Amino acid sequence: MDNVLLARSVLLAVPLYLLALTLLGRLNPWLRHVLGLVIGFAVAAGLNLVLPAGDLSYFTTFVLMGCVYAVLALGLNVQWGYTGLFNIGIAAFFAVGAFTSALVTTNMPQGAMAAFTQQWVGLGAPFVVGVIAAGLASGLLALLIGGPTLRLRGDYLAIATIGIGELARLFFQNERWLANGPQPLRGIPQPLSCLVNDGCSTLPAFVNQFFSALSPRDYPFIYVAIVALILFLVYQALERAIRSPWGRVLRAVREDEDAAAMNGKNVPGFRMQAFVVGAVIMGIGGSLYAHYVVAIDYSHFDPLYGTFLIWVMLMLGGSGNNRGAILGALVVWAIWTGTSFLVDAMRPALAAISPELPQRGPYVRFLLISILMLVIVLYRPKGLFPEEKVVSLARDER
Amino acid sequence: MALLKVDDATAGYGEMQVLNSVSLTVESDEIVSIVGPNGAGKSTVMKLIFGLLKPWEGTVQFDGNDISGMAPDKIVKLGLCYVPQVDNVFPSLSVEENLEMGAFILDGPLGERKERVFELFPRLAERRRQRAGKMSGGERQMVAMGRALMLDPKLLMLDEPSAGLAPMLVDMIFEKVAEVNAAGVAVLMVEQNAKRSLELADRGYVLATGRNQVEGPGSELLNDPEVARLYLGG
Amino acid sequence: MAVVEQSLAGARGRNLRRRAGKLFGNRWTLVVILALVAVAVVIGADAKNISGVRMLTLVVRGVMLGGILSLGAVGVTLIYGVLKMSNFAHGDYMTVGAYLGFALVGVLPHGPRIAGLSFGYEFIVALLLVMPLMGLIAYGLDRFTFRRLRVRRSPPIMMAMAALGLAFGVRSIVYMVFGADFAFFYTGATRPSIELFSGVRIRTDQLFILVLAIVLIVLVYLLLERTKIGKAMRATADNLDLARISGIDTERVVFWTWLIGGALAGAGGMLYGLDVQLRPEMGWWLLLPLFASVILGSIGNVYGALVGAFTIGIVWQVSGAFMNPAYGPGAAFLVMILVLLIRPEGLLGRRG
Repeated sequence: MDNVLLARSVLLAVPLYLLALTLLGRLNPWLRHVLGLVIGFAVAAGLNLVLPAGDLSYFTTFVLMGCVYAVLALGLNVQWGYTGLFNIGIAAFFAVGAFTSALVTTNMPQGAMAAFTQQWVGLGAPFVVGVIAAGLASGLLALLIGGPTLRLRGDYLAIATIGIGELARLFFQNERWLANGPQPLRGIPQPLSCLVNDGCSTLPAFVNQFFSALSPRDYPFIYVAIVALILFLVYQALERAIRSPWGRVLRAVREDEDAAAMNGKNVPGFRMQAFVVGAVIMGIGGSLYAHYVVAIDYSHFDPLYGTFLIWVMLMLGGSGNNRGAILGALVVWAIWTGTSFLVDAMRPALAAISPELPQRGPYVRFLLISILMLVIVLYRPKGLFPEEKVVSLARDER
Repeated sequence: MALLKVDDATAGYGEMQVLNSVSLTVESDEIVSIVGPNGAGKSTVMKLIFGLLKPWEGTVQFDGNDISGMAPDKIVKLGLCYVPQVDNVFPSLSVEENLEMGAFILDGPLGERKERVFELFPRLAERRRQRAGKMSGGERQMVAMGRALMLDPKLLMLDEPSAGLAPMLVDMIFEKVAEVNAAGVAVLMVEQNAKRSLELADRGYVLATGRNQVEGPGSELLNDPEVARLYLGG
Repeated sequence: MAVVEQSLAGARGRNLRRRAGKLFGNRWTLVVILALVAVAVVIGADAKNISGVRMLTLVVRGVMLGGILSLGAVGVTLIYGVLKMSNFAHGDYMTVGAYLGFALVGVLPHGPRIAGLSFGYEFIVALLLVMPLMGLIAYGLDRFTFRRLRVRRSPPIMMAMAALGLAFGVRSIVYMVFGADFAFFYTGATRPSIELFSGVRIRTDQLFILVLAIVLIVLVYLLLERTKIGKAMRATADNLDLARISGIDTERVVFWTWLIGGALAGAGGMLYGLDVQLRPEMGWWLLLPLFASVILGSIGNVYGALVGAFTIGIVWQVSGAFMNPAYGPGAAFLVMILVLLIRPEGLLGRRG
């Protein structure tokens, strides 16, 4: 196996290993990790050998974006699935996370560039700082708007969040000084991209040597490993959280607020916590998104891409279930990208109906996604994975 | 043949059984009263008859038709009208509009029918344009009954007509029930105020724990000390 | 002695808190606060040297915009009242109506411009066709989706999800058929304007829009107050079970609710498109001001929807004097939050 394939296999093995770890949950830890590594690498290598390079790249980018959306779906799951908060303004948190990470990790434009690009700050900080800042900023936004809105009943909260989503869009569209709106903010750094270029000064020589066979085109393989790792960490954290006393209270609040309040639980406090935690995760998702697409503007976070799609993902996967959220994200992302092929195949038929229709392909796809949402709501509102009946760990078991 | 016949009806809400083989009849000229302790299932019988509940077993027949579980708006067309215990008027509509809604299924002018209701309840005539939601309990009960009478029903069902009313108004309501009956409308009522309703009724049924316990002419039940002790709280 | 003093102090504190609580839910508190905002606006305008004429112009434009919003808001509030459902697809229903009108105007032969306005009879014809058409479409979509959920007694959240699905679905169809660019009913048409009084100018079209909106609202009022089906709609909104018990044909009530709601949405969309422009997102952007109007005026209350719509329209336009006009809906949002904090049941609602 030549070096390129080997390097790619190692990278691709990361998400597969993490997946295997999750699915093999019940085995004893040693066995789990060894088996996970073996299976992960085997499948990755297998894919590398079997699939042509183009397909493999496509598969990798697919998994990558699916994982980014999975993070967003997990965030929504904390708010809606576990606490029953109806948030139709996901795009706001998504956008705030993305733009914060971008502003924190890019450098202020110099010289000629400064004429075209304006931004509020450019700290040039590393990726990890960007991710953390994104989470914090999103969480802060949730804290600010949660106060007046969280005590509202269901559909009023929904309207308030629609408003927030709209305001965020307007803000990023109109405030040039902030993030170059409406123009895109470009040049968002890609973490560890040095590995596919001239080598990373911060990493030991043998690592650089190992990955030297890769070209910049192979960057998605690196990024998918990073994204999968972050998704895994978020998932693990949430699974623990939901089994903790905190998670127990959240579920109690959702089931019967009055009973929880009568038991002395600070219901508004818990709802705020869930709202903020969910927002932090959405912010992280935004950051992951930004560092992949490298250039962002307000149109990336419109209600379709930034909110509705994620709701379809969670509804399909099963709200109240973290695995469902991840699966839903991947399935709906697959459907979304799959419809692209479908629409391409339908080109002649579309062109026959109207000459402009083929270039409006994305909207045909959105119609299909909307129909999917209606089908879910009408026929399978609980989604693919029903809510987990979670048994909280007793104090000493944790 | 009886106007209304409930035959061995068993029913409940969800999985909870409330009625167990309940039977009763109402002839076309009588006043029949259902009494019994709280939780006996009296209101449930009403809802069963009026199609708000489907019987698990048994049948409900009205004027020769099997109406078991039939939709309420169809039952109304057969001549059976129902006055629920609470929320029995449309608060944002005027008295007159409430009456008009009672006769929704009819197409023609309603002037005559409204006048008849106003004759029965002169107090309402004075307040015909007032919003029903702003009226006192007694007046609201009159509006509720008036609405149900707009269709000249063969049988009028009343769920606790005297609930929450001052004694003077209770008298008035029962007077009106008698008047309505005298005009040819059969009446089936459920009442907490057993004494007054049995005084008025031709026949009575005592219901307890979802079953028939005793039945007979109103005066008999009224004067039976056993009945009073066992079912009517002495 | 000390104990008594302490308990008195406690009682006073509780009294104060209770009084403050009463102040909070009070409808007049809300009115006063809104009035204070208005006063602040006037003072602010003076401070920023914004001319009285400009402010008046904005207020007048706000009233016109309020007319358009009221057409949507009445629909939203009716649907909520009768069906107990927040129709998040209503904005996009306005979009569909606008584009149906656009298609019809494109197909009909254009007549000469009607006295002083920027369009000919074809716009009126399109309007008269679009209204019942949108009504029927709205009803059809309901039968297809919401009705199935109602029968199953689905929680309101599912209805809202379905509404969102419909909203995005119909919007994608608009995108597919008409593309993403904005469009105008009449390209390159001159827009005649007139002076109303002391330097305040508005376009004649806008006057037409306001008058038409008022006419439609009056018709709806007459329908609700004078016709049997209108009263049945109000009765069903009051108490669905009692409506059924009384023999009211609730299916017909639902039909008429969607017919009216859809028709008004279609008209509102067309008028908005005439005044501003047509874009596939236009309705979604109106959703926030629509719900702000409805909440301000008390959800379920048709007259409240009117009051709310005109207020929000004015807030929207006037805010443009102080900040980027694009943030108009943001001002509406702030008013809505204010209402939800002080008195969520709105100006005309009842507590509890």
